[in-house]
Parts: sequence; C-alpha cells; structure tokens
Amino acid sequence: MIQKEDVVIRVAGESGDGSSATGEMLAQAAARSGLHVFTFRTTPAEIKGGPVMFQVRASNSPVRSMGDAVDVLFAFNREAWDLHHADMAPNAVLLYDPEEFDLPAEFSGIAYPAPIGQIAQAAGNRRGKNVAALGVVAALFGLGLNKLEDIVRAKLGKKADLLESNLAALRAGIEYAHQLEKRDPFWMESTGEHDRYVMTGNQAIIAGALHAGVEFFAGYPITPASDIMEGMAAMLPQIGGGYMQAEDEIAAIMACIGASYGGKRAMTATSGPGLSLMSEAIGYASMTEIPVVIVDAQRGGPSTGLPTKMEQSDLNIALHGGHGDSPRIVLAPASVAECFHLTVWAFNLAEQYQTPVIVLSDYSLSFRTETVEPFDLGKYPRIDRLRPNGALAPKQYRRYELTSSLVSPMVAPGVAYAQYTATGLEHNEFGNPDYTPANHAAMTEKRWGKLAPLQHSREYVRRFGAERAKVGIICWGTTAGPCRGAVYLAGQEELPVAMLQVQMLSPLPVDAINEFLEQVEIVLVPEVNFQGQFAKLLQAELGIKVRSMTKYTGMPFSRLEILRQIHALHGLAEPVMV
Amino acid sequence: MTAVPITSTPVVYKPADYRSDLKPIWCPGCGDFGVLAAIQQALAAVQINPKDLAVVSGIGCSSRLPGFLQTYGLHTVHGRALPAAIGLKIARPDLTVMAVGGDGDFFSIGLGHLPHAARRDLDITVVVMDNAIYGLTKGQTSPTSPRGHVTKSTPYGQSAQPLHPLAIVLSSGASFVARGFSSQPKQLAELIKAGLEHRGFAFIHVLSPCVTFYDTYKLYKELVYNLPDSHDPSDLDAAMHYAIESERLPLGIFYRRPPLEPLPRPTPKPFDTQAYLNRFRA
Repeated sequence: MIQKEDVVIRVAGESGDGSSATGEMLAQAAARSGLHVFTFRTTPAEIKGGPVMFQVRASNSPVRSMGDAVDVLFAFNREAWDLHHADMAPNAVLLYDPEEFDLPAEFSGIAYPAPIGQIAQAAGNRRGKNVAALGVVAALFGLGLNKLEDIVRAKLGKKADLLESNLAALRAGIEYAHQLEKRDPFWMESTGEHDRYVMTGNQAIIAGALHAGVEFFAGYPITPASDIMEGMAAMLPQIGGGYMQAEDEIAAIMACIGASYGGKRAMTATSGPGLSLMSEAIGYASMTEIPVVIVDAQRGGPSTGLPTKMEQSDLNIALHGGHGDSPRIVLAPASVAECFHLTVWAFNLAEQYQTPVIVLSDYSLSFRTETVEPFDLGKYPRIDRLRPNGALAPKQYRRYELTSSLVSPMVAPGVAYAQYTATGLEHNEFGNPDYTPANHAAMTEKRWGKLAPLQHSREYVRRFGAERAKVGIICWGTTAGPCRGAVYLAGQEELPVAMLQVQMLSPLPVDAINEFLEQVEIVLVPEVNFQGQFAKLLQAELGIKVRSMTKYTGMPFSRLEILRQIHALHGLAEPVMV
Repeated sequence: MTAVPITSTPVVYKPADYRSDLKPIWCPGCGDFGVLAAIQQALAAVQINPKDLAVVSGIGCSSRLPGFLQTYGLHTVHGRALPAAIGLKIARPDLTVMAVGGDGDFFSIGLGHLPHAARRDLDITVVVMDNAIYGLTKGQTSPTSPRGHVTKSTPYGQSAQPLHPLAIVLSSGASFVARGFSSQPKQLAELIKAGLEHRGFAFIHVLSPCVTFYDTYKLYKELVYNLPDSHDPSDLDAAMHYAIESERLPLGIFYRRPPLEPLPRPTPKPFDTQAYLNRFRA
C-alpha cells in the first residue's frame, strides 16, 4: 500500500471561459507558497473555442510528472465532466457549477456545488467567475491560500477597475468554500517558503539559449515551438543578436547555418513537420562541420498529426534523418530544469564538436510549468569553437585539418589568408572537393570519430533508484518523469527498481549503459511512440534484449502505469494507492 | 604558421587576386566563365579585400563558382543560397555578401526564397546565371526554358510557359534589378559593380548559355538589346514592362531605388542571465 504525497487538481472548461486562468493562478499561488508544482494542460487545435483543461499537481516533495489519477475535478460545464470524469481517482472529489449542469446521477463520490458565476456576480462582476473559482478551490484544498491575493494583484494590478471586483470575487469564493462542510481528505499546505522559479519548458529553453550566448535565431511558426521564436524575437535585438522569421523551416535552418558559418552561435526551434523539412540542411551542417542547435518540440505524428498532444516519436528522424552517413548530437531533456541545462550544453557541444545538435523536447514539456530550483549559473562554462591560432600564411589554412581530436580550426570570414569554401561535396583538408576513395574514408571517419569520445561520457545520463534490481528502467525525455515517480512509489513498497535516464541519444553513452546493464536483470524501456524507437536503438547498439513498453495515445505515461508494469515483471498484484 | 609581414604600401587588388587555384569544372565555352571574369572585374573595381567577401551558392554548374574565387565561400544545398546568405548578412553585416547560382537554384527549387529575399531588401548582391537548362544533371528543361522546349525530360516539348524572373523580384520589392549577358562581360562587370555598390537587395539576371545542352549563344545575340537611355530606372511600371518582354531581351539596369531604411531597434546591452531569470520567481 502506497501513501499518497501529492494532490492533483484539474480545472476543465471551454476555451475562453477562464478555467485555464483559474488553473494557472492556482499553480502560481501554490508555487509562491512554497509547494512543488507540476502543471499539465491541453488546448484545442482550433483557433477559438473547444475544450481546455489545466491540471495542477502539488506536493511538498519534488513532483516530476503530471501525477496519477485526478483527485479533484473542477468542471466548469457538462462537457468538462463528460471528457474528464474517467480520469478521476476512486475517491476523487467533483466541483461543479450548478448553473451549468446538475450533479450527474452516475457520480457517487463527494461533490461540492460551486456556483462561481453567481458568487462573482454577487461580489460585483460576473466576469470574475474564474477568480471566484480560484478562491473556492484554494480554500477547499489549501494550495497557496495565503498567496491568492498576491497572484490576483500580479495578474490584474495594471487594471485597477478590474482588480477590485476580482479581489471581491476571490474573497467571496473563499467565503463560500468555508461555508461548505468539508467531507474529503485532500489538503495540501506548504511546509515552508522557497526561492524557486515557475517556468515552462519553452521558457527554460529560451533562458538556456540566452545564457549560452545565442547570437542568431531563425524560425518558422509551429506548435509547440512558436513561443521559443517569439522569445528570441523579443530578446535578441536587446542584446545585439540577429533574428529572423523565415519563410519556411528550410530557410530557417539555412539562415542559421549561414550565421554560424559567419562565426555566430545560432539556433532554430521547430516541431516534427519542420524537422522533416530541415533534414537535408542538417546533413549539410554535419558535412561542412558547421555548429547549429535545433530544438524539436515533438508533437503527435506522422504528418500534421496531433499538433497539441505530446509524443516521443521523432527520435528516429532526429537520430537518422537525412541521407548519407551524417553524424549529429541528440539531447533530450526530461524536465523544465533540464531544458535550461541541456540547451546550454547543446550550444557548447555544437561549438566544441562543430556539428548539429538536436534538442528533443515535446509538447507536454513545452507548455507545462514546473517549480524549478534556481540554476547554478556559475557551473556553465562557455565553450567556443576551435579557431586558427595566430596569423596565417597564404594558402596554408586547412579548414578540415586532420588533428588528433579530429576537430579542426574553424575560421570566420574576415580573417586574411584563411579564405575557404565550405561545401557539401566531399572535400579534403583544405575544403576543396575531393571524391577519391581514401579521402572519403578519411573524412567520414573524421566526422564520426570526433564525436566518439562522447560515448564514454558520464555527463549525459542520470542514475536513480536501487543499485541492483531485478527490473531496470532505461528511458529518455519526459518519460523519465513518470519513471522516477514509479521508482519512488516502488521504494515506498520496498520494491527495489533501478533507473537510467539517457539524456544523450546520439552518440549513445554506451559505457554508462553497459555498466547499468550489469546491475539489472530485466531492462524495461517505456516511451511514448508505437514503434519502440528507443528500445530498438538500444537493441541495435548494444546487442541486448529489452522489454519495450509503448504508449501512443498522445498522452504521457503516468507513474502508476509504469509501476503496474514493474509489478507485472515481478509477478506481483496491481499496486494499490491510498 | 608563419607570420605575414606587414607592408605599409596600399594593396591594390587586381581581378586575378580574386581567383583561387581551382580549375573550373565548366565545359569549354560555358557562359559561366564570362560571369566569373565579370565578377572578378567588378570586385577589383570596388577594391574589396577578399577576406571581407563571402559568396554563397546552391547546387548546379554555376553554383560551383565560389570555389573558383579566393574569397570566403559557402556552397550550400540545392536552392538554398539565399536564406544562407541572409543569415550570414544578418549575423555579419560587416561582410560583403553575394549569392550566386543558376536558374534551377533560384527559379525552381529555391524560388520560394526569392520574393522573401527581395522584400527583406538586405545588402546582398545576387548573380543568377540563367542558361534555361539543367546542365549538371545533363539536359533537363528549366523554369526559364521556352514553351515547346524539347529536352530529355520533355521529349514531347515543355508544355508550361517560362516564368519572368525579373518581374518576380520587381513585384516583391527588390531595390536593384538588372540583366546582363555573359558574352558582354564589360557591361556585365559594370552591372555587378553597381549591384555591389547598391546597399540593398541587388538582383542581376545573367543570360549565360550552356554550350553543351542548350546552346543559346546565337539566339541571345539576336535577341538582346540595351535598355534605351530614355529608360528611367526609378520607374517601376516601365521596369515591369521590360521585365515581361519575351520577344527580345533587354539588358541594363531595369530598376533602382534607395534601399529600405532600417526600423528603430532597442539599444543592445549585454545579457544578464540572473536579471532575466528573476521574472520567473514564484
């Protein structure tokens, strides 16, 4: 039996009815009060209207996934009930607006009516309904109760007329909740205040890129990566960088390659359809050894797929997209904090190894907010590309010199006697076209060989759980969140489970993985795609047999789903949580 | 590496100073030789230091040109010279940036980039060597081939009409538009020089025949004529009239206007990560 340490509150309604704002403010207030917060939201792909939901998971312990079943569902309308009641835990609470719909007869749990429109109206402004809702839900379940007014002021402080009526609606909501007889066990109050950030994955990627010294960004609008472009559009002119919204993704990455050839740290951000278009250019950057950072915020595919759902199905194209033997580095953050960390390192690795670096985020990470401990900014060095040392003699500069590290000095235009032409044709050390068999072999080995040391790196894996275990999870990207949750829950049951999160998918850190394989009997590989792309990669690269566990609903794993599989592999009964 | 002695005498760059040691891969008689020579002449005329020039290209016979110059070069993928040149120019406004290539690069696979490059009106000089055929792939029809053109890929004749490249860039906002002919290298060098001196997007369309797969030397010699002295290059309507002319092929500067003024931007300051992150404090 596992003791629950968190609460999951889902606010659901219609786009434009304020339900998402209620969820956002609740998360902000909870975070400000000192709770760890992990939010999850879905938005309709439509431009206006359609169902939305905003979920807040809060705890005094760190939270790394969207959580398990919903403990509290706040349904702003009947459709919200219809869409979400199946996700409710057996003992979950329903909050509903009796003006919108009657308590569904099939619901036998604890329910509280919350006539939020009426409450707000009585307080002076019916449009303060979402703030009234905030008051009701916070007063019933404790989250951020002492910070609600701060948050409403921060949100509406500039609109003095609205502020007063909203504060009145908030107080009325709290008062209404206090009159209810509380019959449920859910209460989550902070045990202490902390200095933390509340950020989305996209915001952390922007911050990481800026900290890494990004000097140029080009992009094309695409969900869920557009806000990275918008952030760059706002920030780069303020720091003297170059920015362009390109006419398509091909132009975006080619502009980045042009800027990087010019000596600047360049980045683009896209999603699957854009990454497909960029494939040829990524091969070109690989061939010409031009550093470039590409963020792929994955969504459901193939084709246009599910633009507002998450999936981890771009692993194959990130690893192998494009023709020919074209090496690249692929990194995958699992959390908002890792978005910052790995974006900084994406720039450093691109520069150090003169190669394209793809950062695989996904829709769930792009838009969710998490509480993040302040970054230790001092621990990030700035690694620049190797440049020619000292003055050069005419016609001596070898752009693709076969050095001992296989990384060659890369000049930026403007330096005398170092003029060369970067070409996607196979080329010799001087950069001149050369298709001879020996040269192609040597240069292919150079491009791959310069990355080979990364296979021995321990910097891009994270090890959790038991030192030795029957079941060892190997995972990547955001699936690491629910996996860590499952390892934590298994620990509550005194069931040892080992876990390795791989942050670098190419080159694969085989030393660390092989070491992990020694410590476990069964390797479980959960991932959100149909093919088991990572499982196949591990099997191909390491010659091992793994248990692939896939999900392809457009939704992330929950930690209970992972834990159930762990139980099954141990021959245990289904886990029970109270 | 040995240090280069510093000389006090001013350097004068001759056309030959812009040539690399690589021997062009072009067929003897290719129009692109004339274009390469004209580019060298124009570079010497403006006395640009070869280290401060980057020439960007795509794929095709003419896109090999950067390798034959002793300047910085970026020989990219098919059709993508313009976005790479734009990225380079935005990142390095101190450099002189040229984009060169052929009709396949600029008018077929990469046509989508052309209007956007024109409307941005950045200081980039574009030289398109148009031979109205795919030469590197050995003789398929191109977007500027005439209707009825019989090639290996159109054995019954090209059914589509040729497009008018100058009309496309004019309607998209290019601030300098000209046409030259590889067999008239002196005029061509003048046009490229004027393009290099123009501070906005300069588009120079060059008739550059393919001696192997579509020999248009004789045809072009009959069709070309110089724009009349009476043509006012600031007159967009008149420029458009000449741009869509297809019976004959006018040469010279079709259109020229002052480039766009940059919009006001914030004064750059160094980035302070901690100050930026403070906005995310809970």
